[in-house]
Amino acid sequence: MMPALAEERRAPRIVGVEFPFGHAFGMPHDTAMQRRVLEVALRLLAGAGSFGTRVDLDLEWPVPLREAYRAWQPKEPSPIVKKLLESTS
Amino acid sequence: MIVDSYRFLPRSFRPFYEGRGPFPGEADPVWAPFEKRLASAKIALLTSAGFHLKSSQAAFDLERERARPEWGDPSWRAIPSGTKPGKIGVAHLHINDEDLLADPEIALPARLLQQLVEEGVAGAAAENHVAVMGYQDRGLKDWRETTAPQIAAFLRQQGVDGLVLAPA
Repeated sequence: MMPALAEERRAPRIVGVEFPFGHAFGMPHDTAMQRRVLEVALRLLAGAGSFGTRVDLDLEWPVPLREAYRAWQPKEPSPIVKKLLESTS
Repeated sequence: MIVDSYRFLPRSFRPFYEGRGPFPGEADPVWAPFEKRLASAKIALLTSAGFHLKSSQAAFDLERERARPEWGDPSWRAIPSGTKPGKIGVAHLHINDEDLLADPEIALPARLLQQLVEEGVAGAAAENHVAVMGYQDRGLKDWRETTAPQIAAFLRQQGVDGLVLAPA
């Protein structure tokens, strides 16, 4: 979900997906989407020839951005976010 | 198509992640060649979605995180590969758990991996996969000294050849 961060942190092989947090392999119950991600990850694991190989998947998240952005977030802010909000208010 | 790594991240969080580079002393490439054919390799999965077995494992310690917001539980759980979806609990304060509970395969596709094994794509699935909780303290000291070595030893005991890490 954040392949740029994975590159910065030196992950050896990276599959990039433009999915909301909590959904590394795709939509719930969408086995075709999940399979596509897992198969690419396995092929990359076994077939990448060098450090830093990255494959980005051209899969569009099938939910409007604003809705998906809200949906992945916890019902209440995490403790660290609460703390940051309190410190800036 | 280049994936936008920040598409779903609140804009104000972006500076916490972008351009931070490697951890100090960890700039060198990390690489181990994969020497087996995938069709004869044993594969394990690791999710950072905070999964645990509701009936037999403690959840990740969220109360301590609430008391100390910079801290995240660095422990890990073994998730047997045949675990039924309804047996999995989620303890993670940074993501909505509804979809994870509805279909844990979105974070830990153990059933799907087993299917790929049965089709001959991969050689075998680990008897046990691994779950951690992805929010960790910035220094990752516990991870370096305890969690990661324990997980690596656990995977080696199972004869695992390759691990797919799935961030949540």
